Amino acid sequence: MAFDFDVIARSLPYLWKGFRYTVELTAIAATGGIFFGTLLALARLSSVKPLALAAAGYVNLMRSIPLVLVIFWFFFLVPVLVQGITGAERPPQIGAERTAIITFIMFEAAYFCEIMRAGIQSIPKGQVYASYALGLTYGQTMRLVVLPQAFRNMIPVLLTQTVILFQDTSLVYVISATDFLGAASKVGQRDGRLVEMYTFVAVVYFVISVTLSHFVRRLQKRIAVIR
Amino acid sequence: MIDIRDVSKWYGTFQVLKDCTTAVRKGEVVVVCGPSGSGKSTLIKTVNALEPFQKGEIFVNGIPVGDPKTDLPKLRAKVGMVFQHFELFPHLTITENLALAQVKVLGRGRDEANERGLKLLDRVGLKAHAAKYPGQLSGGQQQRVAIARALSMDPIAMLFDEPTSALDPEMINEVLDVMVELAREGMTMMVVTHEMGFARKVAHRVIFMDNGEIVEDAAKEDFFGKPRSERAVQFLSKILQH
Repeated sequence: MAFDFDVIARSLPYLWKGFRYTVELTAIAATGGIFFGTLLALARLSSVKPLALAAAGYVNLMRSIPLVLVIFWFFFLVPVLVQGITGAERPPQIGAERTAIITFIMFEAAYFCEIMRAGIQSIPKGQVYASYALGLTYGQTMRLVVLPQAFRNMIPVLLTQTVILFQDTSLVYVISATDFLGAASKVGQRDGRLVEMYTFVAVVYFVISVTLSHFVRRLQKRIAVIR
Repeated sequence: MIDIRDVSKWYGTFQVLKDCTTAVRKGEVVVVCGPSGSGKSTLIKTVNALEPFQKGEIFVNGIPVGDPKTDLPKLRAKVGMVFQHFELFPHLTITENLALAQVKVLGRGRDEANERGLKLLDRVGLKAHAAKYPGQLSGGQQQRVAIARALSMDPIAMLFDEPTSALDPEMINEVLDVMVELAREGMTMMVVTHEMGFARKVAHRVIFMDNGEIVEDAAKEDFFGKPRSERAVQFLSKILQH
């Protein structure tokens, strides 16, 4: 069997579209995930017990279910749930791409929550005391004193999680969203060149992930020096 | 100025403060001493409600600290506090450390806050370090910045929680000098410390605590001259031996 790598060059514009979607999804999910994850972390560490319990329950639930299942669940069940709540005649169409964004933000929030929680807990209690003693409120203390430090300490871990997220986004393929892998699959199936396409996709993922991981390691060393 | 009445505090079933009653008048310097675990740090932290207490009441300038209706941030902004481990904010420069609460709590403009900060930094002899980060300063320098930061809020009283305990011996005096100067200017001060030299020099009264109780609360001359309790005698003999 002969390899035909020309199929890649031919379909480059289509693959590029898929790749851009993958990068976009990663960026949106990471940003949204870190934002909601931070809120979840604050809730988990809250002295308001019901809030802490609810946040912990959510995080543990998300972390105990395979991502594929969460994606399916959102894709098939949420429209039905929304219908049930709003009493609409037919289930609303959320669409593969929007489902993917919502799912990844909600799923990643659970993981980013645990990272941010560790980051917040790494800040000595004395910093909080000092901030309160100056008259700053809880919100100001978190926003101006604790979270900037927690975030700075956790940047390498947050980036590592983002690299994992970058690879995980390929799972949107199961709901037929056209990400990088989805685009490659479609081309490969159409032209009967799956081996070439999957190899190409693997190489691209490998190069990007390794480069990012290398960058994270260097960053980690620099942060260690600053501290 | 600070009025502590029958304050008790428990951690679970363990009582850390037992009916503590004392007061610090305006312009007075009160030193709190005692063996470790005696509750002195806990007591000073109850004054600006960093530590809650279950029984009794504390009034700062007439405002009840334990009252849930009290606006705690507003109250704390008026009471300066200096900690054992300095607690400067490591992600901010010295200038930013000094300006943060002035801007966010007192609503001062950035320029005004920086100017005030710089003036206080000059006072503690660290003007040249304004642009540095806390990690670039020595412990003694950091603690002097921490004092300047507390003063930048124009506090009506200052609380010091073992301000020199975490310092190398050669840096203790530079911090004590700043505190002595403050005391001589008439600042109301409550100071938890083992530095008896400081107490002899500027304190008006000394409070001795043991096992969560205020065992002695006496004028400085009386405390050093003729301590009444056996426990205070023992404590003094231990720390004044050398």
